[in-house]
Amino acid sequence: MATATKKKTTTRKKVSYSREQHIEWYTLMLRIRKFEEMALRMYGQQKVRGFCHVYIGQEAIAAGMESAIRKDDAIVTAYRQHGTAIGRGVPSDKAMAELFGKATGIVKGKGGSMHFFDNTNKYFGGNGIVGAQIPIGTGIAFAEQYRGTDNLCVTMFGDGAARQGALHESFNMAMTWKLPVLYICENNGYAMGTSVKRTSNIIDLAKLGASYEMPSESVDGMDPAAVHEAVTRAATHIRAGKGPYYLEIKTYRYKGHSVSDPAKYRTKEEVQQYKDRDPVKIAEMKLLKDKILSEDELKVIKAEVKAEIDQAVQFAEASPYPDPSELYTDNYLQEDYPFIRD
Amino acid sequence: MPRELALRDALNEAMSEEMRRDESVFIMGEEVAEYNGAYKVTKGMLDEFGPKRVIDTPIAELGFAGIGVGAAMNGLRPIVEFMTWNFAVLAFDQIVNNAAKTLSQSAGQFSCPIVFRGPSGAAGQLAQQHSQTFESWMANVPGLKVISCIDPADSKGLLKSAIRDNDPICMMESEIMYGHKGLVPDGEYLVPIGKAATRKEGTDVTIVSFNKQVLTCLDAVPELEKEGINAEIIDLRTIRPLDHHAIVASVKKTNRLVVVDESWPFAGVSAEIAYEIQKYAFDHLDAPVTRVNSADTSLPYAPTLVDEYMPNVEKIVRACKEVLYMKA
Repeated sequence: MATATKKKTTTRKKVSYSREQHIEWYTLMLRIRKFEEMALRMYGQQKVRGFCHVYIGQEAIAAGMESAIRKDDAIVTAYRQHGTAIGRGVPSDKAMAELFGKATGIVKGKGGSMHFFDNTNKYFGGNGIVGAQIPIGTGIAFAEQYRGTDNLCVTMFGDGAARQGALHESFNMAMTWKLPVLYICENNGYAMGTSVKRTSNIIDLAKLGASYEMPSESVDGMDPAAVHEAVTRAATHIRAGKGPYYLEIKTYRYKGHSVSDPAKYRTKEEVQQYKDRDPVKIAEMKLLKDKILSEDELKVIKAEVKAEIDQAVQFAEASPYPDPSELYTDNYLQEDYPFIRD
Repeated sequence: MPRELALRDALNEAMSEEMRRDESVFIMGEEVAEYNGAYKVTKGMLDEFGPKRVIDTPIAELGFAGIGVGAAMNGLRPIVEFMTWNFAVLAFDQIVNNAAKTLSQSAGQFSCPIVFRGPSGAAGQLAQQHSQTFESWMANVPGLKVISCIDPADSKGLLKSAIRDNDPICMMESEIMYGHKGLVPDGEYLVPIGKAATRKEGTDVTIVSFNKQVLTCLDAVPELEKEGINAEIIDLRTIRPLDHHAIVASVKKTNRLVVVDESWPFAGVSAEIAYEIQKYAFDHLDAPVTRVNSADTSLPYAPTLVDEYMPNVEKIVRACKEVLYMKA
């Protein structure tokens, strides 16, 4: 496992951001953090079932990425996707209702934790098969190129998925056809319980782009500004018609792989190293230290986020489960499809 | 005036007509463009539509099937050609886990209007890995529709329907039938997905089949007639959804059913049809349903073993005599 060094593999110029930008990053990261903490609580109460993978620790990626791309860009990602979806604009009440399996969920209670989709925000989903979204994102980008837009598709995957053949097939075709796709590997160091170094001769996963001559960078995923800058560079390259770009964003998940994982394969020291770099805490300290916000203003944001998440739970609680007849909807667009029903 | 066309040319017409009609339709696959198709199904399409819409891929079935799925989710109508469905096994993750499930897991927010097509079934001495029949595999999956047909006119109309369909479709053809000729109507026409065709009317026994085995059934007709058997032959054309109304109606007339299905016997199309008939035509059956499948083995190379493995006229005649309680 990579250690929590602050070493940057790309030289960063000191860029200053607006007050609004800092507040936006902090607020989004806090919303994701609080949503995820509540999701875990609700899981503990058995309100949320199934597989549930939370984004705690990785929030800076969603924040820094969203500020650097456009709403008409597309995103597809894997199953650790609540944070990505919320960053994209999925409302927390519909997200929580989805975790509860309720009819008011973002996919009507049909997808659960791993499968949010939102066509109004070009959010092409959480995909539950490791790496399967990599060719899909490449195809979403293909369609943008085909139509002649300058939109891109952010195709996100974890370090585990980087081991799938689907990645290499996609990288090859995306470079050959110069598709407008931004590949982001959220490298949190562990494919479930297996560290990168146990399954790969290459620890710096950014190197995987090299054999396709794909522009690639390693990025500090605990800092939204670093993510923002890297994604901005990548997006500029892609929108210029130069083809794909690949960012390995080094991050860390503070919780286990899923709710059922106590994560005993990591040392306390390692987890603590990364907790010392908690993007939410660091952003909060920065807001105060740089006098972007007063203590009172910060309290207002925290209260608003808490109210939003509490309201999301109330909304989910109050919502009905899908009617059993919904089982037969959304399997085919053909309205009179003759299901076998004996 | 209907023209005599080979299956490959009928399929080519279907795709070309739909690509002229709809800019969002494109085809990708191995050797589809500059080589004009491994079996020449896409001959001339690169010249007409250019490399933007007729796309040679690397040998990466999982990757290009997934690119097709993503493109379909994002508004295009891809045709993904597999050189054979045997190679499509590498892409089953994308077909089964994504194309089939996109609509459901997005609760209708994203659809996947895509056609996966290529040859299925044995094609001579191609041995174990190149001879498999995949209709029942794909037809097991809700969310997919499965077409399997080698009649040139029907295949053209079915493929046009498939390209226009908003659901993901698997179309199964046959390597050794691409040169098979038939009369193809002029002008615009569609053949509906999910409807069987009666290839020969008869009174004594219903034979249900699909893809190239329909021709084996038709080859058996003179032999059956020598035995005084007047068989009705139904070509399913679509495997999912299965036109069980057509089968039930025929069995109610003939009271006997033989299923000729090149798939392996276990949990295959023939098993499904036998279930449907015992459920919906039990009182009309005068004999247990019998089936002729490929052998419950892998297909080896030697010609004697191929002959032993495959359905043939003799096996079909024997099955018909069995359900008619005639001496073998």
